[in-house]
Amino acid sequence: MRVWLPERISTYAPAIDRLFYIVLAITGTAFVLVQGTLLYFLVRYRGGAGRRATYTHGNTLVEIIWTAVPAAILIVLAFYSQRVWSYVRGTPPATDLQVQILAEQFAWNIRYAGPDGRFDTSDDITTINQLHLPVDEPVLLHLKSKDVIHSFFVPQFRVKQDAVPGITTRLWVQVTKAGTYDIACAELCGLGHYRMRGFLTAEPRDTFAQWLQAAELEQHPPPAPEPTAGEPGAESAPTSASAPSAPAPESQPASPTPQELLHP
Amino acid sequence: MSTATQALPFWRKYLFATDHKVIGIQFLFTSLVMLLVGGLLAMLIRWQLGWPGQPLGFMEKIAPAGMPGGVMVPEFYNMLFTMHGSIMIFFAIIPLLVGVFGNYLIPLKIGAGDMAFPRLNMISFWLVPPAIAIVCTGFFLEGGAAASGWTAYAPLSTILGPGQVCWIVGVIVLGTSSIMGGLNYITTVINLRAPGLSFFRLPLSIWALFITAIITVMATPVLASALILLLCDSTLGTSFFLPAGLIIDGVAQAHSGGQVLLWQHLFWFYSHPAVYIMILPAMGIASEILPVFARKPLFGYHSMVYAIMGIAVLGFLVWAHHMFASGMNPTLGTSFMLSTMVIAVPSAIKTFNWLGTLWRGAIRLTTPMLHALAFVSMFVIGGLTGIFIAATPVDLYLHDTYFIVGHLHYVLFGGSLFGIFAGITFWFPKMFGRMLNETLGKLHFTLTFLGFNAVMFPMFILGIAGMPRRIYDYRQYTHLAHVGEMNQFMSVAAFLLGLAQLLFIANFFWSLFRGRKAGDNPWQATTLEWATSSPPPHGNFTTPPTVYRGPYEYSVPGRAQDWWPQNVPS
Ligand SMILES: [Cu+2]
Ligand SMILES: [Cu+2]
Repeated sequence: MRVWLPERISTYAPAIDRLFYIVLAITGTAFVLVQGTLLYFLVRYRGGAGRRATYTHGNTLVEIIWTAVPAAILIVLAFYSQRVWSYVRGTPPATDLQVQILAEQFAWNIRYAGPDGRFDTSDDITTINQLHLPVDEPVLLHLKSKDVIHSFFVPQFRVKQDAVPGITTRLWVQVTKAGTYDIACAELCGLGHYRMRGFLTAEPRDTFAQWLQAAELEQHPPPAPEPTAGEPGAESAPTSASAPSAPAPESQPASPTPQELLHP
Repeated sequence: MSTATQALPFWRKYLFATDHKVIGIQFLFTSLVMLLVGGLLAMLIRWQLGWPGQPLGFMEKIAPAGMPGGVMVPEFYNMLFTMHGSIMIFFAIIPLLVGVFGNYLIPLKIGAGDMAFPRLNMISFWLVPPAIAIVCTGFFLEGGAAASGWTAYAPLSTILGPGQVCWIVGVIVLGTSSIMGGLNYITTVINLRAPGLSFFRLPLSIWALFITAIITVMATPVLASALILLLCDSTLGTSFFLPAGLIIDGVAQAHSGGQVLLWQHLFWFYSHPAVYIMILPAMGIASEILPVFARKPLFGYHSMVYAIMGIAVLGFLVWAHHMFASGMNPTLGTSFMLSTMVIAVPSAIKTFNWLGTLWRGAIRLTTPMLHALAFVSMFVIGGLTGIFIAATPVDLYLHDTYFIVGHLHYVLFGGSLFGIFAGITFWFPKMFGRMLNETLGKLHFTLTFLGFNAVMFPMFILGIAGMPRRIYDYRQYTHLAHVGEMNQFMSVAAFLLGLAQLLFIANFFWSLFRGRKAGDNPWQATTLEWATSSPPPHGNFTTPPTVYRGPYEYSVPGRAQDWWPQNVPS
């Protein structure tokens, strides 16, 4: 397998790759020209017996040209990059599917809003390190962190976004290809940084819906058909919201903190 | 004057010296030792990356906690790259470029007897060993050395224990030393130039060191204040960088009101200009050496000076290009992308002027010249790869991958360190009165050049393949399952690169005692330091020089000699 760009599975990945190859072409050309000239001069103007260098302090016209040409190329490149940048980081496309990702040392707590469409309510569906996304549909990810900075990185998306404590950062993505991929943490977050690995499952719309429904049933089973007499509270208690925050964070979905309760 | 100094006891002459030359040489030995230490840490990093989890038997005795049974633990790996970066940047490259060449060259090249404030100069050196000691003490404390990267991003840097606190304190002490040195250089260059030495007759190395000193004095206080706030956050329970609601290790923290990204803004406000602190003096050294060995005036002297100024000004306007993925407003991303693209222009101008200097020269490939040419060639790669990550969308992918590691090593090793080797081999005869051995020097150069490229170039490829930096063990990721062999190749190259440095050490010490006598002007150069003896006496010049012309009058038509010293009357 070649060590090069991994496959691309997001709608904006082709635009980012195109920009990458444009920069590669420009810098590759400059590289060959400069290093070639350097080598040629070293061979051609090697000092020897009786050879004397040409006495010159410069040439204004040449200097203006080699200032203007790179400046023009770089400005054009900046404007082209800006178009891709506003596509990726500008207003996200309208979407119904939003996922909250709460990073912590050293896991990704994934949270789907559930039937009420709101995060941090009792009907939320949560997983640890397992992010399921439908393909061909824009998704808005809300990234938060409990402790230190982490960075959500799926190489096949071609983007990463830091999860910063105290703020919610957003990243939209539309996956184009079903499959399973790795989520890496790209910002040093402590001794377990290297193993802060998550799993992305991209699947067709209906498979995703089935998975979500199954997860919902498992986490919020409907009230038992025959309520036993005398048992108080037929409503199922919100399991995650009432749990204290202290026990082992890896074994249990993240409990909401005061700051998380602020809705995105 | 010189007899008076010889009467001084050893400890006054070499330990608490106020002579800028002695201080320069003190900086040289201190920072070369730290270069060696930083390099050894890199060898351990490469061991882990080449053969993750394989035991390295002898390390058990040296670092029983970090490598029990010789097998590295993740915490220790984090300490290694943190300390490698910190030592190389703060205790090797900056002191080598600014401390050594600034101190040694500024008075000599401007025809002055010493610095404007010799005692301040002495203090600025004597703050460095304590700074080093404080930062490195971390290795011997409970919990080990700093482990949050050389960037010390909060909140991680506030929760790591005593080693990290040592790091913060040590860097504050070093910053104080830099500010003192910078003030001294600025005052000296403005006030102590020899008669006739106008600003536009200054050698480029002095221009570079002068502007670097201005950057240092403007940027370092920002880092120092940010570090003091970080110190308060980690020891006094303040919340400058810590927001409400943090839960660390399952324990809710009492902080509130801090901003995590504020640290990054303050840190990079210093640390991007610091990149230029680490490259401008090397550019100055290259601009100094290329004319000497091309026997030709520097091409485009004035545009070289304006390019340095342009870099210095723009260098303060690009800091947030390190934060494109941080969650800051995307509009800020746009403006920092533009300024970052623009700052590439002065670097391009300098590269073309260096090529112009070689054009129709009479090139002598001495060891210093080879290092200076390698500087140009490698700096070009460092600069060009910067364009990838200046383009914000590409940076979203390449940020925090090995592409960045490759880019920064092409700038700081390929650029700064080859500039340093060029400078040391060029001015060694002036400093110690003896020539370095050319054969050993060329062998060292060749192996370093090949080894460096073999280690660092594959980093770009790894970054393009999506390998994150600061990763203790990359093998679990499916997209990195096949990069092991490339990492092994890089590690072998790194060990050879490390071994090649023994040649430099051997050459340095052998030549120090046995090298051929240098004479005043072994390279037939024009600037003022070559107009006095090697090494120069205390006070530098027996008669204060007067300057009659620019610094690079080589191969002037109609003159028998192909060099025309600045101090020789027409
Ligand atoms: Cu993380
Ligand atoms: Cu920068």
